[in-house]
Amino acid sequence: MEQKQLKKIDIIFGWDDKCTPIQVVEKSIKKTPENIILDMIDSGLKGRGGAGFPTGLKWKFCRNEEAETKYVICNADEGEPGTFKDREILDRVPEKIFAGMTICGFVIGAREGYIYIRGEYNFMLKTLQNKIDIFNQQLQTLKVDFHIFMRSGSGAYVCGEESALFESMEGKRGEPRNKPPYPTVAGYNGKPTVINNVETLVYTSEICRMGPEKFKALGTSDSRGSKVFSVSGDTPIAGIYELELGMPLKDFVDEFGDGDTKAIQVGGASGHCVPRKKFNDTIIGFEGIPTGGSMMIFNSSRSMYNVLHDYLEFFTEESCGQCTPCRIGCQQLLKGIEAVKKGERPPAYLDDLKRLTGTMKIAAKCGLGQSVANPFTSIVDNFREEIIY
Amino acid sequence: MSKYMVNLKINNTPIQVEEGTTILEAAKRLNFRIPTLCNHPDLTVAGNCRVCVVEVKGARLLAASCATPVSEGMEVNTNSEKVRIARKHVLELLLSEHNADCTKCFKNGHCELQELASEYRYGDHIFIDLVKSGDKTLDISSPSITKDSSKCIRCQRCVRTCTELQSVSALAVVNKGDHQTISTFLGKPLNDVVCTNCGQCINRCPTGALYERNYMEEVWHAIYDPNKFVVVETAPATRVALGEDLGIETGQRVTGKMVSALRKMGFNKVLDTDFTADLTIMEEGTELLTRLKKAIVDKDETVKLPMMTSCSPGWVKFQEHMYPDMLDNLSSCKSPQQMFGALAKTYYADKINIKAENMVVVSIMPCTAKKFECNRSEMRDSGFKDVDYVLTTRELAMMIKQAGIEFDKLEDDNYDSILGESSGAAVIFGTTGGVMEAALRTAYEIVTGNEVPFTNLNIQPVRGMEGVKEATIKIKNTKPEWSFLEGVDLNVAVAHGLANAKQLMDSVQSGESNYHFIEVMGCPGGCIGGGGQPIPTSAEIRKRRSDAIYAEDMGKSIRKSHENPEIVEVYKEYLTHPLGHKSHELLHTHYKARKRY
Repeated sequence: MEQKQLKKIDIIFGWDDKCTPIQVVEKSIKKTPENIILDMIDSGLKGRGGAGFPTGLKWKFCRNEEAETKYVICNADEGEPGTFKDREILDRVPEKIFAGMTICGFVIGAREGYIYIRGEYNFMLKTLQNKIDIFNQQLQTLKVDFHIFMRSGSGAYVCGEESALFESMEGKRGEPRNKPPYPTVAGYNGKPTVINNVETLVYTSEICRMGPEKFKALGTSDSRGSKVFSVSGDTPIAGIYELELGMPLKDFVDEFGDGDTKAIQVGGASGHCVPRKKFNDTIIGFEGIPTGGSMMIFNSSRSMYNVLHDYLEFFTEESCGQCTPCRIGCQQLLKGIEAVKKGERPPAYLDDLKRLTGTMKIAAKCGLGQSVANPFTSIVDNFREEIIY
Repeated sequence: MSKYMVNLKINNTPIQVEEGTTILEAAKRLNFRIPTLCNHPDLTVAGNCRVCVVEVKGARLLAASCATPVSEGMEVNTNSEKVRIARKHVLELLLSEHNADCTKCFKNGHCELQELASEYRYGDHIFIDLVKSGDKTLDISSPSITKDSSKCIRCQRCVRTCTELQSVSALAVVNKGDHQTISTFLGKPLNDVVCTNCGQCINRCPTGALYERNYMEEVWHAIYDPNKFVVVETAPATRVALGEDLGIETGQRVTGKMVSALRKMGFNKVLDTDFTADLTIMEEGTELLTRLKKAIVDKDETVKLPMMTSCSPGWVKFQEHMYPDMLDNLSSCKSPQQMFGALAKTYYADKINIKAENMVVVSIMPCTAKKFECNRSEMRDSGFKDVDYVLTTRELAMMIKQAGIEFDKLEDDNYDSILGESSGAAVIFGTTGGVMEAALRTAYEIVTGNEVPFTNLNIQPVRGMEGVKEATIKIKNTKPEWSFLEGVDLNVAVAHGLANAKQLMDSVQSGESNYHFIEVMGCPGGCIGGGGQPIPTSAEIRKRRSDAIYAEDMGKSIRKSHENPEIVEVYKEYLTHPLGHKSHELLHTHYKARKRY
């Protein structure tokens, strides 16, 4: 399998004085929307929120929809436990997000863009709004018919799910919708919508700035480019790092671990737990374990039962509650491992619960319920004895 | 081949359906039944119970068949191993959260979850019991509706009913995750919120989480009490639906059998609310004409038009909450049920020489709001509680079964007299547009001396299941005393279901519309679709009940309220004339403004 060495990159937070974000916009709108889409597809950029849908295709689908009104939405509802990179981007280089949104609006034919920012980030609303105002002013000077607005979430994890986010923006209870229709056909207010993660939008503006070649030179054939990681847990150097995709997890552990790393939870609570014995042959990327950027490092002092218990408590509370597999499934998993731990259920009950996660994975309504299987099976399979005893 | 047709295979059987059809509908056409819980034909798609999931070839996820439209070349399996396992899991999860005390449950035998559970024969409930039960889960505050959240499977049918069909939103989803539940505003008792008691949520609840407050034991007790004289009245719409709960086909009229069963159960007199429906027309029709005269001739600006009907207690309470500044537009007439009670314990009690205090009036209603209505403090004009107990059509069916009566084998029987005779106009009260039609048949004749100008007296423009119906009737050749109405276009409107009522009311409030008379029924389809009617309900079922109502009307020898001989008699002997002193005392009421929260 194609592999890369661990390499720190400086695209996201880098600043080019000769080509500022608003200048990237100015440059981009001289191209045709079709050419920008081709560049995006050529770059191989996939969504950085975790699901990894090809960005160029998403834009293309939305452009192909015929509608008077369309929307661009920046998903800044960064709720995945262990992820804090969008906060840093919003704080340090928000203009790059605005530029990405504007270019997207130009491509798909939208005149309005919204940043849906998680409720816990309300402390930065004022600063951010000032910067948005300046950017909107600059757009007006450039005679670009696009305006950026901001909406604040209210603290529900599920509202990071795109269709729940639309519901929330529309003033309704944040519950995921049935799909199809997908957002590019019927999103916010039922109109064709592109919804991209904060980081994805920054990369789109960077690809417009530096061209797709430089981007796709990084990473592997399945995982082009670089990615921002939120590193936390048992590490002496917790923080935000932009790394080239396609590195083996072992390199990552060597760089960030404390020398006693037992497991890494890749992709946050809804991601996969990788035990020490698999560090060598796990690739960080869409061909291996994809991630929205959360890397939680656990050393041997940690109880994986507690880790799983925490995650399940989180999902039990954060499930929107509308669909059966997620609402009740999460509760059963939580109560189930407690019962096994206490000896009220035999260890084999864990296998019943694993089968349940198999159903949740394919029958839950949205990504929340579907992904609970990831941490559950990877922790139970690799640390079964810690769950039982 | 039309370009809007889609080809797919379900369980290897090819089928062609229109674009936009769901997998569930397509499967139904091939006679493959896919179980559902959150799905309901009257409501928008939710796709949240996940019991209807099916496997689509090539897809990573199972598809909720109720929410997934078909696509070209799709290959669906409705019973694959994956599907079976998922469905079993979903059902077991629901059962782990459900207070399955089935033998004590009011919905025992009428529960969709119970049906699925028995169909899949689960012996091994592997999951941990999550049932939260106890006092906190049970709300018995309302005289109409009981809510038991320990039985709730969160399908949100009630929420969609209350919001989409009724625009009331008394029930909503609150909290998330393991705390998610269906609640009233701030969790207040159902009796203290905007709930109109319409009971439409009950008609669509798949389990025993919502059901009527039942009074069967109280009624049996009264029947067995030798000191009580128990009189029963039956609403127009019950006779076209009762059979559904007793093994008779939908849309069959069972009037005679119902009368026979009631008599066998031991009621002392079996009487008809239709009688007071005719009486309502006399009072309400006269009230309308009086209001028109005051407005047109006397130029009295305090007179409120359009006048609105007041027979539907769900609608009345809706108006009290939502449009409190328009209460004067409501007709002051009591509903036929309450006119009956007031008259039974006065005029009728005297006639048959029974003391009113020993009389118990039971009414059989297609309605749950009637239970609330009979408990209103205004409804005691006889000096006693005018109507003692209200039973839904469903409760009556249960009592007939309890009494061991083989309903389908009963011979037809006739109502007792007096207070048992009725016209066709009274019968059609049971369906949307019926009160309007009945009122026009009488009012037009009072004013002109001629019958309404419609073939067979059937006023087609106010019939049918359209949400809001309008009609204009030109008044011609008036009698001298009504000459001020000569050439007047009488504008009327009819709405059924409170969402439609809201639409109509908003147009009245904004001044967009110019009606003289409005009929509103709180429930979709009118009383035939009432919250106390047999379950299930759907547009097709309501249509068949409605057709039966009109058939009953056509079969009556008397078709107009003012020609009912018992009505003529009661005015001659007791009430003197419509809107007279006695009428005001017994047959009219007032309303009170209520808050929204």
